[in-house]
Amino acid sequence: MSPADTLRFASRAALGYPLRSALMVLAMSIGVAAVVMLTALGDGARRYVVEEFSALGANLLIVLPGRTETGGVNPGSFVSSTPRDLTNDDAAALLRLPLVRRVAPLTVGNSEISVGGRLREVLVVGTSADYLDIRGFKVASGQFLPREDFGRATAVAVIGETIRAELFGNQNAIGRMIRLGDRRLRVIGIMGPAGRGLGMNSDELVLVPVATAQAMFNTNALFRIMVETRGREALAPAQRQLEELLRARREGELDFTVITQDAVLGTFDRILGALTLGVAGIAAISLAVAGILVMNVMLVAVTQRTGEIGLLKALGASARAIRLAFLAEAGLLSLAGALAGFALGHAGAWLIRLLFPALPAWPPDWAVAAAVGTALTTGLLFGVMPARRAAALDPVQALMKR
Amino acid sequence: MAQIELDGINRSFQLGDSEVHALRDVSLRIEAGEYVAVMGPSGSGKSTLLNLLGLLDRPNAGHYRLEGRDVTTLSADEQAAVRSARIGFVFQSFHLVPRLTAAENVALPLMLAGIPAHERSTRVARALHDFGLEARAHHRPDELSGGQRQRVAIARATIMRPAMLLADEPTGNLDRATGQEVTALLEELNAAGMTLIVVTHDPTMGERARRRVLMEDGAIRQDLRRGVEPA
Repeated sequence: MSPADTLRFASRAALGYPLRSALMVLAMSIGVAAVVMLTALGDGARRYVVEEFSALGANLLIVLPGRTETGGVNPGSFVSSTPRDLTNDDAAALLRLPLVRRVAPLTVGNSEISVGGRLREVLVVGTSADYLDIRGFKVASGQFLPREDFGRATAVAVIGETIRAELFGNQNAIGRMIRLGDRRLRVIGIMGPAGRGLGMNSDELVLVPVATAQAMFNTNALFRIMVETRGREALAPAQRQLEELLRARREGELDFTVITQDAVLGTFDRILGALTLGVAGIAAISLAVAGILVMNVMLVAVTQRTGEIGLLKALGASARAIRLAFLAEAGLLSLAGALAGFALGHAGAWLIRLLFPALPAWPPDWAVAAAVGTALTTGLLFGVMPARRAAALDPVQALMKR
Repeated sequence: MAQIELDGINRSFQLGDSEVHALRDVSLRIEAGEYVAVMGPSGSGKSTLLNLLGLLDRPNAGHYRLEGRDVTTLSADEQAAVRSARIGFVFQSFHLVPRLTAAENVALPLMLAGIPAHERSTRVARALHDFGLEARAHHRPDELSGGQRQRVAIARATIMRPAMLLADEPTGNLDRATGQEVTALLEELNAAGMTLIVVTHDPTMGERARRRVLMEDGAIRQDLRRGVEPA
């Protein structure tokens, strides 16, 4: 029997039992669709985080207080056990490093903002003029925080668009006074929309000079220091310079952590990549289940068509021809299931993107190829046994069944 | 050399504890172009004999020479090739593939033999024309009458131009008139030179055969010939 005839015969056989074939295609397509959709979700989450970090801006070093590494005993261990705070003076000192272009100290806290009886809770970020450029934010109207000494607690604030709309409605906000915690500040600027990154939405922030925030929260410590280096290749040497300088400033103790954006990004990329793979693995289980279903359906088909197999043998079909015909049928059904699942999975991913526009839920190419490939392989693999059984039927016995 | 030579054929089945001897020491010679009716009560071994002749079954002992070649020692696939080229089957229950049209059913042996599609269609068209089935070519078996179904089955059995036609109760599922039509059709094919071996219960059909083999308990009781001795 020629390959074309085998395929035609197998497809006619599959179409001859529409309900059975449809159910099997459905099972296979659900398996493939599960892989496609879940990997789209996992990979979407990975891309979301990566984009979120990229939104921070390039060439960034982030200094945070404390160190989570376990080290040996050093002289500092006997002097102090708690890490020293990062201070405004540290930040100012970093600005003098040759490889550093911009420095923004950061103090973060929650406070209440009120204007003329309207009150709401806001996230207050104390920082400096460079923050705008480091984060790539835009000011919609007015101006950003003034360029001044980190120690000066000027009574000004820059507010996000949402805050402005809620507190001032369509009145002009620039130059108006607000009460933030126990302080009265003058609004000097409004943030432009769509600044986002690291879970901070610039639309709902109130930005004040770092010293103002520290006074408000009654602290000298900084939450972070963000450092932008002069170019990408300066990142590593700048990190060394920065660590040396800060170590010198804290009596040789390295009680702070410097992370590069790349390192954080790489970690998240790995974690979420592994997550995607794990999710794909779980979804692949449904493919194995579909494979077993293929076997069951094909075994039923062999039983159902025993008379036909006997006839084919009487008409001179070789065992190989019968084996190939049944294998082709299993393969065709799996292929149809894989294609239907591919379409279904993409439709599902599209739906996810529609419902959660922030999530770039595109299935990765490798997952689609793996799902379709696995579907075909399992279909054929699980089709072998029924096909062999069909080929091994005794023609006399088979012909008696009708 | 006869077309079919059976020598000391034995065939037994294991049914539970007991051994059933379906054929005991059967020896038979059938010349090319003969018209043989195999008759006997049920369980007499006539279907087993037909299956053996059609290479669907193997004897436990004895030799079967088909056209001078010992076919008992052939592998399953070699026997399939012999069936494909030399043997046509007609069954009591027609054995048409229900999802295929009449034309596709007739084309099955050609397809299995790997004959290209364009040659298949001309041969099938000619066969359907010869058997008066042109109008039914694209009907499925469930849309055909019993007589038409058996004619499709006979067209299928003869499309490879086999040397012999084996028919197991070909009229068993048909009414009398249709049965006679089908018998006449088979006899026409025999008249054209094809060896015809029919297993039947029907004494009137048996009467028409030039040679009658009567079986009982797996052995040949009587071998009756009528008219001229075959060449």
